Amino acid sequence: MRPFALEMADTPAAATNYATQSAGTYLAGGTVLLDLMKLDVIEPQTLVDINALADTYGAIEADDDGITLGALVRMAEAERHPAIRRDYPVIRDALWQAASPQLRNMASLGGNVLQRTRCSYFRDVSWPECNKRAPGSGCAAIGGNNRRLAVLGVSDHCIASYPGDFANALVALGAEVGLRSADGSERRVPFEDLHRLPGDTPEMETNLVPGELITAFHVPAGPWTRRSLYRKVRDRTSYDFALASAVVALHLEDGVVAAARIGLGGVAATPWRAHEAEAALTGRPLDEAAAEHAAEAAFAGAVTHGGNDFKPELGRRTLVRALLEAAAMEVLP
Amino acid sequence: MDIVLTINGRPHHLSVEPRVVLLDALRDRIGLTGTKKGCDQGQCGACTVLIDGQRVLSCFVLAATVTGEITTIEGLAPEGGPLHPMQQAFIEQDALQCGYCTPGQILSAIACVHEGHAGSAEEVREYMSGNLCRCAAYPNIVQAVLQAAPQMDATAGPTSAETV
Repeated sequence: MRPFALEMADTPAAATNYATQSAGTYLAGGTVLLDLMKLDVIEPQTLVDINALADTYGAIEADDDGITLGALVRMAEAERHPAIRRDYPVIRDALWQAASPQLRNMASLGGNVLQRTRCSYFRDVSWPECNKRAPGSGCAAIGGNNRRLAVLGVSDHCIASYPGDFANALVALGAEVGLRSADGSERRVPFEDLHRLPGDTPEMETNLVPGELITAFHVPAGPWTRRSLYRKVRDRTSYDFALASAVVALHLEDGVVAAARIGLGGVAATPWRAHEAEAALTGRPLDEAAAEHAAEAAFAGAVTHGGNDFKPELGRRTLVRALLEAAAMEVLP
Repeated sequence: MDIVLTINGRPHHLSVEPRVVLLDALRDRIGLTGTKKGCDQGQCGACTVLIDGQRVLSCFVLAATVTGEITTIEGLAPEGGPLHPMQQAFIEQDALQCGYCTPGQILSAIACVHEGHAGSAEEVREYMSGNLCRCAAYPNIVQAVLQAAPQMDATAGPTSAETV
């Protein structure tokens, strides 16, 4: 790792001050940051350790309106939380199937949603071409080894896939993200607006402004949260990234879909909400034909590049299975 | 930076650059070489240690940021005393070949039991998946964890994992 300065922030104001005045990068669990620093993919001059802010940003609070997850809650803590297990099973599902127990003990929720792509050409600096790492250099993955890469939301400049799980649940459930800026002001934005599509600027992955700190995630309550699950398909049974995954949350009334919330993982450039699939299901009885119709809609815009030609079909089957399993869930009243 | 690391109940004073990870501090600065460097990229689990009883990857922790109590493989059993039930189970179940991943396996397994994830072979496989074994001693590792789990419930081990 290249040398860097380390600042310890003991208040939110100190954290955002360090981040803006020293162009510092926030350090929470470090599982993404130190990984990419060891690989020389990123070379921050200053790290700002925000772990001491857990008193402010480390709580989980549930009420009738929804659940708020502090950005410094660790993945393993959220996975164990009784309100999440009971009322938001999809969040627990997405968490326990991610990474390993050690990484889930370390990784913060705020850092987790900012996880960087696992595209080999991004992570290996010996490849000169990567528009995300070196803007304007090209994309070695288009025409290269792209088996694990994205088919939705991609551009001619980047086909990197967003690798996380938890964020797909947040986007599907219509969560908001709480942000604190350097001047101390706070704002909440739809989680769906946090990440940017690659377009012709794949190096810009989020709409965060410099120094802005993620403080919390607010997941609204809804009649669909208890009938929710996450299905993840991967090369290994455990401890692997998704080749395809699906978030499904359903509100059924007499077998008819009153509302559906659908997210997709492993197949898209960003955490992905499948609005077309939700619309295709609403008002219909949830049977296999309806699930397949919705899955077709979800992947109608897929663009493949050879190695990942299998992904739309795998993604559709994953979503169909998730929809039918969610419909069959036994749900507490 | 001048820091104090509490390792296996003893304070260690050292001066480190910010970029020194806990794994390197343990091995190269303090001489506790029981913790192993496998991939150094958070993928293999060989460097697993406990901080305040929680299993973490010491290759991804900056030494200067550690505030909790660290437990390494050297801290599990007193010199000349009986082994920790998990260590004994690994021996009795022949849960290793080369042994390089074993310190990380054992610390991860102790945490796995304390987290309540040692209820079945299937659960152990899932919650031990972060520790790779190139010799593929996995069936015996699973048996070792299942053997030690009830013994750990009966005996308070010398780790701080009980506080989890």
